[in-house]
Amino acid sequence: MIAKNMISKNDGFNWKNNWFVIMVTLIFLFFPLIIKSNYIIDVAFFFGIYTLLGLSLNIVLGEVGLFDLGHMGFAAIGAYTTAILNTSFGVPVLILLPISGIAAAIFAYLVCSPIIHLRGDYLCIVTIGMGEIIRLTLINNPFGITGGPNGIFGICFPSLGNLFVIDSCLKYYYFIWIIVGLSVVALVHLQRSRIGRAWNCIREDVIAAEATGIDVRYYKLLAFVLGAALAGVAGSIYASKLMVVSPESFLFIESCMLFSIVLIGGMGSIPGIFIGAAAISLFPEIFRPFAQYRMLIFGVTMVLMMMFRPGGVWPRKRGKLPTESMLVKEEKSEI
Amino acid sequence: MKNQIEEKENKTVSSIDREIVLETNKLTKRFGGLVAVNQIDLKVTKGKISSIIGPNGAGKTTVFNVITGIYQPDAGQYFFKGEKISNMKPHQILSKGIARTFQNIRLFQNMTCLENVMSGQHARSKSGLWPSIFRLPSQKQEEQRIQEIAERRLKQVGLSEYKHELAKNIAYGNQRMLEIARALASNPDLLILDEPSSGLNDKESEDLVNFLNEIINEELTILLIEHDMNVVMGISDWVTVMDEGKKIAEGKPEDVYSNPVVIEAYLGKEEEEED
Repeated sequence: MIAKNMISKNDGFNWKNNWFVIMVTLIFLFFPLIIKSNYIIDVAFFFGIYTLLGLSLNIVLGEVGLFDLGHMGFAAIGAYTTAILNTSFGVPVLILLPISGIAAAIFAYLVCSPIIHLRGDYLCIVTIGMGEIIRLTLINNPFGITGGPNGIFGICFPSLGNLFVIDSCLKYYYFIWIIVGLSVVALVHLQRSRIGRAWNCIREDVIAAEATGIDVRYYKLLAFVLGAALAGVAGSIYASKLMVVSPESFLFIESCMLFSIVLIGGMGSIPGIFIGAAAISLFPEIFRPFAQYRMLIFGVTMVLMMMFRPGGVWPRKRGKLPTESMLVKEEKSEI
Repeated sequence: MKNQIEEKENKTVSSIDREIVLETNKLTKRFGGLVAVNQIDLKVTKGKISSIIGPNGAGKTTVFNVITGIYQPDAGQYFFKGEKISNMKPHQILSKGIARTFQNIRLFQNMTCLENVMSGQHARSKSGLWPSIFRLPSQKQEEQRIQEIAERRLKQVGLSEYKHELAKNIAYGNQRMLEIARALASNPDLLILDEPSSGLNDKESEDLVNFLNEIINEELTILLIEHDMNVVMGISDWVTVMDEGKKIAEGKPEDVYSNPVVIEAYLGKEEEEED
């Protein structure tokens, strides 16, 4: 009974402490209604895609500390699943959204099972290989289904029958950001659960984590599978937005960009991912006038950042947990 | 001190027929040509404090690493509460009820003290992926329970005031206690401590001895490796001496202390220095 009361008390959303989150949400909700430039809304859409991809890599790299430099491969699996099933079999794109995620997750499970015990740089090298093999396979057009270097075009808009079709920049903008929002809620919940703790324990010290009763293999695989699923979803949205998928979109450099999103923001920090994704996706747009110097500025910024803020721009703060336990409450009432 | 030893003696005598919690049978571990652990037979009595002592490189930590599943033995078996646990993985062994600490403290540095202890409850909780993602009532309740147990454990080791500090930021002696609290948070039947007093000053190791004497009870058995003779003599009910991977003696602490074989292997150097 007491426990029940406490849970209902903690259920309430704390408006006072979350004013920042609310403000950011409101900005994201209303900004496209004020600024009516399709170009800016499109940039914001790609910001959303990169945020989603960053969040997905953050599970693997940020939370568990596994170096994954082939993460774009999972997004490619998602994108191609959507493209192939939509163009060849006419399956609606919206239904393909979860299916793409599941396809990428199954792929991640099969590929990562045998390599999951590798540590640090070894795993890193294997994931680079994995990403490249996926891309090369797509170029080589196995069974004539991937369209080779040209890719696949003519992917439909996501729609619910004829009533609701996501066909404009604005609708795509809301589509991606709603999915990012849902993912953030789920990931924050995970961070504050025993699964999130287990992931962080593995990142901090594998041997101690094992000795503390954490099934390291299981939780590492879970991170890969979840990360891949989210990347697959991002890939699916990407495919339907561009209406075309080609192997060029999933180059090794893209995986490196995702890696930098997590490093810029701060490993395991969700607000950090937004900053990292903004840096990676908005930066080239802002500096378009100085296109020649863009990479130079980018490189210098990365070097300076690693020198002065190695933990990222917005590292995850650890401190008080959101709820106080019964013990503390008892003590307080005694006093 | 003398009274303490007498008390221990009585305890040991009355417990001859007591249940054996952990038993190893001709445990052997080789690293290449080196036999780190050579046919070790070990019996740990329930509700007692047993110690393993021996000079550096005697293979004590290797014994612990084999028992807790970090290394696989090359030969021999070991049993926990009558059940064979050889070749199990570390996390399975923990869920059977053996928790351990490490010689060179292994905490989750960038997590708070409370989170460190909470992770000790991992094997005793079971919320899966979906309850966690949707934060179902069952998961919330479980989190609440985990946090409560963790706070009790922190209070027990006297670290309540540091609970929201990062583990790496607290003092060395506190880190040792935090590691013990983390191990205790899994409600173990057997607590294995690898040199718990190394790096502690006299006051801190005295506190540690008192603490161990406090927590020991019918349900909790302690097995420790120790260098500090005062600690060993102060709390052990049973001492096993190892040298070069072999067991060279065992018995009650005062018997072992006066055993010539032990003195030669373990304390011999000191005599030479005196000459």
